[in-house]
Amino acid sequence: MEQSQPRSFWRRDVFSTHHKVIAIQYLLTGVMFLAVGGVMALLIRWQLAAPWQPVPIIGKLLFREAGGAITPEAYPMLFTMHGSIMVFFAVTPILLGALGNYTIPLEVGARDMAFPRLNMVSYWFLFLGSASMLASFFVPGGAAGFGWTIYAPLSASTEMLPGWGQDLFILGLALDAVSILMGGINYITTIMQLRAPGLTLRRLPLTLWGLFYSAVLNTLWLPIVASALFMVLCDRRLGTAFFLAGPLAPHAGGQVLLYQHLFWGFGHPEVYILIFPVWGLVGDLLSVFSRKPAFGYKATVLSMLTITILSGIVWGHHMFTSGMNPLVGKAFMFLTITVSVPTAIFFLNWLGTLWRSAIRLTVPMLFTLGVVFVFAIGGLTGLFNALQTFDVYIHDTYFVVGHFHYTLAASVLFGTFAFIYFWFPKIFGRQMSSRLGKLHFWLSFVFLNAVFSVMMFVGLHGHMRRIADATAYEFLKPVQHWNVFIGWAALGLGLSQLLFFFNFLYSLFRGTPAPANPWEAGSLAWTVPSPPPEHNYDAVPRIWCGPHEYGVPGLNNGDWLSQTDPRAKALAKS
Amino acid sequence: MQQWGFPVDISTTGYRVDRLFWLALWLTGIAFALVVGALTYFLICYRARSDRRAYYTHGDSHGAISLTGGLALLVFLLIDVNLAYHDHAAWQAVWGAPPSAKEALRVEIMPEQFAWNIRYAGPDGVFRTADDVTTINQLHVPINRPVIVQLSSKDVIHSFFLPNLRIKMDAVPGMVTSLYFQAKTSGTYDIACAEHCGFGHYRMRGFLVVESREAFTTWMVGQSKARPPDSSWGWNWGGAA
Repeated sequence: MEQSQPRSFWRRDVFSTHHKVIAIQYLLTGVMFLAVGGVMALLIRWQLAAPWQPVPIIGKLLFREAGGAITPEAYPMLFTMHGSIMVFFAVTPILLGALGNYTIPLEVGARDMAFPRLNMVSYWFLFLGSASMLASFFVPGGAAGFGWTIYAPLSASTEMLPGWGQDLFILGLALDAVSILMGGINYITTIMQLRAPGLTLRRLPLTLWGLFYSAVLNTLWLPIVASALFMVLCDRRLGTAFFLAGPLAPHAGGQVLLYQHLFWGFGHPEVYILIFPVWGLVGDLLSVFSRKPAFGYKATVLSMLTITILSGIVWGHHMFTSGMNPLVGKAFMFLTITVSVPTAIFFLNWLGTLWRSAIRLTVPMLFTLGVVFVFAIGGLTGLFNALQTFDVYIHDTYFVVGHFHYTLAASVLFGTFAFIYFWFPKIFGRQMSSRLGKLHFWLSFVFLNAVFSVMMFVGLHGHMRRIADATAYEFLKPVQHWNVFIGWAALGLGLSQLLFFFNFLYSLFRGTPAPANPWEAGSLAWTVPSPPPEHNYDAVPRIWCGPHEYGVPGLNNGDWLSQTDPRAKALAKS
Repeated sequence: MQQWGFPVDISTTGYRVDRLFWLALWLTGIAFALVVGALTYFLICYRARSDRRAYYTHGDSHGAISLTGGLALLVFLLIDVNLAYHDHAAWQAVWGAPPSAKEALRVEIMPEQFAWNIRYAGPDGVFRTADDVTTINQLHVPINRPVIVQLSSKDVIHSFFLPNLRIKMDAVPGMVTSLYFQAKTSGTYDIACAEHCGFGHYRMRGFLVVESREAFTTWMVGQSKARPPDSSWGWNWGGAA
């Protein structure tokens, strides 16, 4: 059954319905935005390290009117766009768009996603959303400046922020939300419906479980934030007052806190939306590179399910100082800290996988171990934020910023790199340089920890987030030199990424050709050539075992079984 | 009292917040050390060698599941429940026992972009009367006397943050929120806005002046009382007003 493939350039490489092409489109879009968001982060750190000084090298280009310096009006645009671009246009396209689209059909033994056209539309909605976000920089008044949380009434009143940049931002996010929603429906359907014979739910790679729960959370919660954004837009342009109250809107009886409930109702699950694919990937890669089955597979999947449920009922821990009833806060605190139970099971299973294993320290393995390390810090510092009394002090300080960068930036970034280094040979048919990759890991590891741990330290001292100039405050004078330190470390982190970009581009054209299975991985995708043929599988594969059959005793050649290896039949019987 | 990593604590209850931090740091620090210790040990001892093969187990035996579940339960009891218990106790001290309106000084604060409008009831002790005292960015309070602050906002959300007293509370348009504190060290300290409120957010700084009862009274007398009552001010203080 040979499908007819479109041959024209536009249908094959641009408006493609093919999952592997779409995955690469997502990957390139995401990596491009990763660079844009990263440069914004460096500009933010420059402003904090050397307030109101002209930005070296690129300042004259970006902030011409102010003589190369960042203005008070430009600074909120920087942190707003940095946050939104990183979360919605860099990490989401890479970890859901690219990882999901590339791996799901290959790992379930399908030729494409369940809804290929929806898949194409999903990517182009992201493209339109990106265009809207980027266009917002060039309209009068500049890009959005209300912070990535878009809190009303700052966002909901044109008296506060009149520019059309704010509206383009909301439109961009809404388009992206539609894109992610369509992707989520596709992932769920493909994983549930298109699995090859023998591929039971207990034999799915953990990456797919991560993507699955992530998609479930997206389809549940994204519509809520999308509606909230639409209500903000109505408040801005159509004269409604969903979120307007007080002297600013004496005629209106809106509810300011309602917006926060709606936003964080999505905003907290978003953390898990981004981290689940990484957790799944970590589970799989630890197993591949320690040559040992994933420890406690079922408990790991059940823990993910537990967190999926819990994540929907903990959002109030973002609102301890909002004026919400403290008794409600207590309930949210307790629910939040119970998340540590499934998380502890995750960590124990990861350690269990490494216990008495045979570890190969490849580049993807280094990044995987990096995730375990930085997520331990990110997860444990979450407990501090969950404690109501302590959170009241550190809420909206750099302690929070450091914490969520450990979970969302550090863990997710390392997960992204683990994904790219691991899947690059399969996607592009070439190997990335291992030596450059290791250098990239160690430099990133050192600088990243320097940046985010010191952020938490200055936050402990009370350093507020989103302020453009800490030297305006007497109590922050003792920590200003740490802002300079973070600036240098951030620059180091940024420059280390050049190694990655060089490695990526060089290997794309000059890397050594990769065999079908360079990592000796057991999952289905590694049974096809690198890169896989357009139709993935010549015949529907038959699956005999789980994806983690490493170190299997009693095999006469090799120590592992591919999921399609018929020898696994005997294994299951014995 | 100066604690490592924190700004000076001038409140009667701030030490509860700092102690909570150290407790959480100890508990999570031990957990972190155990995880990283095990990770390092496994990385050193279980490197791939040609003469050794990994121990083949799926970790789904009853023993493995009980061990994992047991350790997770231990985390829950020793860290989670422990911290929640101490947080509750600290909350009672910092937030749970507001002083009576009679003994406390009452202040209304109505921030706007980018300043703190502060209002005292004046000698008659009643808000929205002609003798109210209003200031901008200057919050004077007597030492060792409880202060109750009620907050609302003229425009967007601001957050009233007193780093040296370890408390903050959002000022939300259309809502009245409150907090209380008692300062025990005299001096001038920062009031900061902790919620992004626009391009001037970073310079929305106020001053908390803690002074003796006499100095406070003298200062209060010297303030102008010329401002007419503003309809946006003077919220319900319950039976206290």
